[in-house]
Amino acid sequence: MAQMLSVSPTRMELSRLKARVKVARRGHKLLKDKRDEMVRQFLELVRENKELRETVEEKITAALRSFVLTRAVTPEEMLEEAIMVPTRSVELEVGKKNIMSVYCPVISYREVFDEEVSPYPYSFASTSEQLDGAIQNLSVVLPAMLELAEKEKSCQLLADEIEKTRRRVNALEYVMIPQMVETIRYITMKLDEDERGSRIRLMKVKDMIAERERLEQWAANHKDQQGTQ
Amino acid sequence: MAMYKIAVVGERDAILGFKSLGLDVFAAYGEEEISRTLNTLARSDYAVIFITEKTAMKAQETIDKYTSKPFPAIILIPGADGSTGVGMMAVKASVEKAIGTDILFKDE
Repeated sequence: MAQMLSVSPTRMELSRLKARVKVARRGHKLLKDKRDEMVRQFLELVRENKELRETVEEKITAALRSFVLTRAVTPEEMLEEAIMVPTRSVELEVGKKNIMSVYCPVISYREVFDEEVSPYPYSFASTSEQLDGAIQNLSVVLPAMLELAEKEKSCQLLADEIEKTRRRVNALEYVMIPQMVETIRYITMKLDEDERGSRIRLMKVKDMIAERERLEQWAANHKDQQGTQ
Repeated sequence: MAMYKIAVVGERDAILGFKSLGLDVFAAYGEEEISRTLNTLARSDYAVIFITEKTAMKAQETIDKYTSKPFPAIILIPGADGSTGVGMMAVKASVEKAIGTDILFKDE
């Protein structure tokens, strides 16, 4: 049995509680629907996230491995110097997408570079061709990485919101609503009991009055009889 | 709309390549150094921060702090010596958080 709220058992409290239970039930239904839809969307998103992560991890690992190989054959200072000043940069534009009132990021990116300048910020004379390959590989992964960032962040935010909503649904379903229902039952019973009590009291009083009137009647009759004798 | 930037945090070996793509790279090693770098980056206009798995493991707390915030998105990437599976664990963790049990990875 759920615990009762500590309220005074009055009619006003009863009607107040009845209204509250109605709101709570409605809220519970809405939140449950919200949770179900969020879980559906989340599953879709997380599945994409997982696949994307698998491919991106594979590609990055491959690209970085070739980079490390380049490092092995190129003197450190030369490598550092070669990529010290990149010829291009990436700018992000970040929007918001509303998934069930969770604001998820939408990332679009723009590469800023000069058409006339080569994407390789070094002279080909001083570096090995492996570096070209490594950089080429990395630049191919970048769009996928950004997509992964977008998806993964959305997943994290959704997961957070789902957890919150689930707590709310459970709190309403297993604590708030039973508590209020139990209290309503208690107040109804208490009011009924009071009513029965006052009815019995009335009946008792009525009996007492009737008894007194009977006695008075009897006394009056008795006096009359004595007077006539 | 404001323009945002991308940052890469990690060991020197792993991140140097990203520099040539025009991303901003930050090498960090110590726990404190990593946390400090992440916090500074989060405060400036970086929308996406890629961090190598090895580095991420040293600053899990700082990363967790940003998971529930819309920005920045801190995304784990494998380092030069291959994926350790930590990044995938993060995806798994969010599934467990949302659903309660793991339903995506059970067949592995």
